[in-house]
Amino acid sequence: MQAAEKPWLLDVQGLSVSFATDRGMVRAINDVSFGVREGEIFSIVGESGSGKSVTLLSLLGLHDAKTTRVDGAVSFRGQRMLEMSAREMRRLRGKEIGLISQDPMTAMTPVYTIGWQIAEQIQAHEPISRRAARLRAIELLAQVGLPDPAGAVDRYPHELSGGMRQRAVIAMALSCNPALLVADEPTTALDVTVQAQVLDLLLRLRKDFGSAIILITHDMGVVSEVADRVAVMYAGRIVEQGTTKQIFSRPMHPYTWGLMDSIPPLSGPRLSRLRFIPGMPPTPETIPEGCGFAPRCAFVREECAVRPPLQRFDGQTALCVLSEAERQEFRRSALQFGEVA
Amino acid sequence: MAIALLQRFAQMIFVMFGISVLVFLIFFATPGADPAARIAGRNASQETVEAIRKEFGFDRPLPVQYVNMMKRLFVTQDLTSFVNRGMKVVPEVAAAAPVTLSLVAGAAVLWVLGGILVGVTAALTRDTFVDRGLMALALIGVSMPVYWLGEVMNLLSQHRFHDTWLFSWVPALGYKPLLTDPVGWFLTLIIPWFTLAALYVGVYGRVLRANLLESYQEDFIRTARAKGLSPSRVMVRHALRTSLIPFVTMFGLDFGVLVGGAALLTEVVFGLNGVGRLTYQALLNLDLPMILGTVMYASFFVVLANALVDVLYVFIDPRVRKG
Repeated sequence: MQAAEKPWLLDVQGLSVSFATDRGMVRAINDVSFGVREGEIFSIVGESGSGKSVTLLSLLGLHDAKTTRVDGAVSFRGQRMLEMSAREMRRLRGKEIGLISQDPMTAMTPVYTIGWQIAEQIQAHEPISRRAARLRAIELLAQVGLPDPAGAVDRYPHELSGGMRQRAVIAMALSCNPALLVADEPTTALDVTVQAQVLDLLLRLRKDFGSAIILITHDMGVVSEVADRVAVMYAGRIVEQGTTKQIFSRPMHPYTWGLMDSIPPLSGPRLSRLRFIPGMPPTPETIPEGCGFAPRCAFVREECAVRPPLQRFDGQTALCVLSEAERQEFRRSALQFGEVA
Repeated sequence: MAIALLQRFAQMIFVMFGISVLVFLIFFATPGADPAARIAGRNASQETVEAIRKEFGFDRPLPVQYVNMMKRLFVTQDLTSFVNRGMKVVPEVAAAAPVTLSLVAGAAVLWVLGGILVGVTAALTRDTFVDRGLMALALIGVSMPVYWLGEVMNLLSQHRFHDTWLFSWVPALGYKPLLTDPVGWFLTLIIPWFTLAALYVGVYGRVLRANLLESYQEDFIRTARAKGLSPSRVMVRHALRTSLIPFVTMFGLDFGVLVGGAALLTEVVFGLNGVGRLTYQALLNLDLPMILGTVMYASFFVVLANALVDVLYVFIDPRVRKG
C-alpha cells in the first residue's frame, strides 16, 4: 500500500448534517468520519438517498446555509474548513477542490461557451489575461481528450454530446490544478462505453495531475475498477470502510453483503430474478435510533436497536454488532457466489 | 442566422396581412349590418350614407373592398373620418404615435431597470425582511390603479406642492415634442413614466425573483459556486443571464400592447394625446375609420414587438441560434 504512506489531504471527523423541515431539524448525515490521502481515489458507495452527495456538498459549503446545519470537524491540508469564512471557502473551491457533478447535461450554464466557462474559473483564481486563460482552456480540453480542442473551446454546451460535455466539465474542474477532485456520480448519466472512457480519463488524470479523487457512486463495478479505498454509506452513516481489496474480498457489514449479492453473476446459470435487498432505504425522518439498516437486515437482533459499535479489523471498520465468528458464518450464507473479487 | 432573421421577418409580414384581413372582415363584412351607415355615424343623412357606399365601393365584391381600404390606409393615406368631418385617419394616428411611444419607452426603461433591481435584491436577500419588504412594495405597486396613482401624482405635483421646491419644476400637463423641446419633453414625461412603470416594476420584480430562485436550484448554479466565483458574479453572469429569457418574453408582449394603446389611462390622466386616447375617443363617437386605423396600428405593434423579441432571443440564448 503505497498510498498509505502519503499524508492526509482531507480529514473528516464526526460530520453531521441536519435539514430544517416543517417538523423541526432532521438529521440526514450522522457522525460520518473518513479521510482522503494525497493522490488516492476514495470512493463513497451507497443507494440513492443514502447521503453521499449531501456529505460532499456540505463539505464544500454548497448547501443552503439557511436550512442546513453542519457539525463536525473537517480539515483540508490542516485548515479547518467548516469554520472558514465564505471568502476563504471560495478561494478553496475551484482552486484546491474541483467538483465534477453528476449530470453533464445541466452542469454548465447553457448561454456561455465551454471555453468561456473554463476561463472564468481560471480567472477567478489566478491573475491571468483573457487570452492566456483561453489558451489554457484549449490545453485542458486537449488533455481530457476532446477532439479538436481549438474548435471545441468556442462551442456551447448544447452543441456537445453527453460524453464530450462530461469531459469539458472535468477539464473545468481540473483547470486550477486542484489537490482534490470531488466527482459526484460522474458516469451515472452516461452510456456504458462513455462511462468506461470517462473512468479511464479520471485514472489517467490522477497520474498526470496527482489529484486525489473522491468518487461518489452507486456502481460497485466502478468502485472495484478505480478506487483505492471505499466507504459504504447507508442512511446517513458510513457503515463500512476499508481498502477496495478488503471490502470486496472480506466485506464486514450485512449491507455490503447485500450490495455484493445484488451484482448479477457473469457466469453460471442465468438467474430467474435478480437478487436484491428487500425493503426501501429510510428517508432522513425515519432513520431508526440504532442501526439504520436493521429493518432490512436478515441478521437483525435485539442489540441492533441501540447504536452499533464500530468494529475494527486490520484497518477495515464496520458499524455492526456481529462478532467476527458470526460474521464468517453469515457471510458465507449471504454471499451465495462466494468471494466476488 | 441571417436566414433565421429573414424567416422571422417574412412570418411577421404574413401575420400582419392576416390581421388586416381579419380586422377588415370584422368591420365591413359583419352580416346584418350596413358598413356605410356605421361609417357615417349616428343621425347621418341618407345622402351621406349613399356617398360613403359609393366611395368605399360597398357595392363591389369583398376582395376589391379590401384592396381599396388598404390602399386608402397605407398608400394614399386619405381615409377620412365622417364623424369628425374631414379628419384624416392616418396623419392623426401618426401624430399620436410618438406621444405614446415616448411615454411607453421611457416607462419601459424604468420598469426593466427597476424590475431587475427589485428581483435581484429580493432573490439575494431571500426570506429576510428586505425581501419581504420589497415584495410587499411590489404588491402595492401592482395593486394601485394607474389612474388613481396618476391623479394623486397630479394632485401633489400640480396643486398641493407645486409651489414648493419638490415639484416646482413640473410643467403643466400635456406633451412637448422631443425634437423641438427636448427638456420640456423630458420634464413633462417624468411623472407619467414613473406612474406607468410602478405597476410593471412590481410585476417584473416578482416574476424575476421567482425565476432567479428557481434557477438557483439548477445544477449549473452549483457548478458556478463550486468554481469559487463570488456571489455577485454567480447572480449576474449565471442566474440573471439565464432568467432573462422569460423576462424578455414578457417584456415584448407588454411593450407591444402598451404602445398599441393600452396606456390609455395614463394618457388620459396626464393629458397626453396618444394612441390610447385616440382609440378611446373614436370608440365613443363610433368613428369606424378611426377605429380601423388604430386597431391596425395596435395589432401591428404587438406583432412587431414580438418579432423583435424573437430576434433578441437569438442574442441572449445560443440554443435558438441554430434555426
